[in-house]
Amino acid sequence: MAEAVVSSQVGRSSRALTAQKAPPANINASQWRNALFIAPYLFFFATMLVFPLIWGIWLSFHKADTFGVGKFVGIANYVRLFSDKIFLQSVGNTFYFVLLTVPVLALLGLFLALALNRQTRSAAFLRAAFFSSSVLSVTIVTLIWRIVFIPDFGLLATIYGWFGLPGPAFLSSPDLSMIAIAIATIWWCIGLPMMLYLSALQQIPGEIYEAAALDNANRWQTFRSITLPSIKRTFILVVLIQVVMQFQLFGQARLMTQGGPNNTSKPIVMYIYDVAFKRWDLGMGAAASEVLFVLILIAAMAQFLLTRKRGEN
Amino acid sequence: MSNVRSTSIMGREFGDRVVLALVIIFALIMLAPVLWVIGLSLKANAELMADTNSVFRTPYTVMNYFNILANSSVFRWILNSLIVSTGLTIGTLVLCSLAGYGFARLNFPGRDILFVVVLLGLAVPEQAVLIARHQIFGILKLHNTYQGLILPGLSAPFGVFLMTQYFRAIPKELDEAALLDNASRFKIFWKVLLPLTVPAQATLGIFTFLWSWNDYFWPLISGTKNTMFTLTVGMASTQTNFAQSEGLGFLMAQAIFAGAPILVLYLFFQKYIVTAVSGAAVR
Repeated sequence: MAEAVVSSQVGRSSRALTAQKAPPANINASQWRNALFIAPYLFFFATMLVFPLIWGIWLSFHKADTFGVGKFVGIANYVRLFSDKIFLQSVGNTFYFVLLTVPVLALLGLFLALALNRQTRSAAFLRAAFFSSSVLSVTIVTLIWRIVFIPDFGLLATIYGWFGLPGPAFLSSPDLSMIAIAIATIWWCIGLPMMLYLSALQQIPGEIYEAAALDNANRWQTFRSITLPSIKRTFILVVLIQVVMQFQLFGQARLMTQGGPNNTSKPIVMYIYDVAFKRWDLGMGAAASEVLFVLILIAAMAQFLLTRKRGEN
Repeated sequence: MSNVRSTSIMGREFGDRVVLALVIIFALIMLAPVLWVIGLSLKANAELMADTNSVFRTPYTVMNYFNILANSSVFRWILNSLIVSTGLTIGTLVLCSLAGYGFARLNFPGRDILFVVVLLGLAVPEQAVLIARHQIFGILKLHNTYQGLILPGLSAPFGVFLMTQYFRAIPKELDEAALLDNASRFKIFWKVLLPLTVPAQATLGIFTFLWSWNDYFWPLISGTKNTMFTLTVGMASTQTNFAQSEGLGFLMAQAIFAGAPILVLYLFFQKYIVTAVSGAAVR
């Protein structure tokens, strides 16, 4: 490291001396062999991502099962998909789940970030506590939350019991199952929005707040005219990351409710899993994956366009 | 004037108290399930079946944890997870460092288009490639092998993006100086620049390890034999006959047993994990 710094100084002076004679360093020249550094990664990118992506699109227009790919069937898989009530229900469930989780994550995350954006030790401890659940695997999260929700033995059932009330069957009620999954998901995912807001808040220069204090601006005015405009972009970012992430709900639903009761908590990804890896109807599973892909692309495009606009202003 | 200020201070104190109260309530909601699980894990199964309120009374026991140690599968799963996560982490660091250096520093035909293509890969959700990849791996007989669990993760574009950004931030004078000393491209990469990227390596490494450790979907469909389960999948497989077969206390002890090492890892590497996660999102 020290060597590098020294040689850089030497290099700078010797470069100055030879500036007129020496041609520009040939490292800047466009050469095929430079691509060798990229090649190893590119091999995996092409074989594990690009190729399966194209194969997946191709598969969605074919009849395919475990024994191999059959004949070309045009859009038959898509037609079957959109006439399957359970698929349409799973799309509805996924949108419902996104509506349940994303606003809470975006607003609660903002609240926590604002409350914990200070240099005290207790704030640091609480930040770590609110983020810690994010590092757990979905298996552990669902294990914890099933034991909160299950009837008779669950934490909520116990708390209801203290008041002499029968606890509702959260996971087996059609009205409550998705809400229960949403609560567990919010508990699991709240750390990331909070951290994103915190890093945005820390980029606001302190002088602006001092100036506002000198102007006798009250807390609400300061928040509205300084804090809020500075984190607008982050807010959009958080909402769209969460939309994309929560669209891909799978593990929580599979492990907490198995998509039940009566498919009321089955999301799109779980539908894909059931069709492709339980019924082995790979063509139709691929078609469902492409629908999900398009939905996520729309969300990603919206993010791109919205943040672009902000940047131009 | 002074009137205005005093009411605003009053308002401030009241507002502070409301905020503090809310934060404490949310913190309790965060912690309560975990405390509940720890409590259950320390109770005998039979006692819990009679009344879960017994959690608030003695006697406590660590028998459930000993029972985990008696279940040999768990150790196999931990070993599998360690092999897969370590392999993927090392592979990702090597591939992404090389590619990051290439994209940031070297010129070759089509470089900029290629970089955009790799970045577009970030927008592809795993589900869009899973089924085809599952078929390809079936043909190549890679299911239920460690390679089969590791290889797909090596294609993740995030690391390339992160390392490219990091290499770009290093002053170019460093390589130009080395170039005048007739160092090869690889030598510049290996001797001069790579040592400077250690913080980015740490961030990317921990992020990859955690991601791989917690990954659920691909190991679920690829490693389908009990002996090839990762810890995440294996723990999920024991949950099917919840409470009835294994006993609440035992299941809860499993949750703590599996979660604790990752939480300790998080506490140690908090800084890097937070950077990685925020970086992953800002991309």
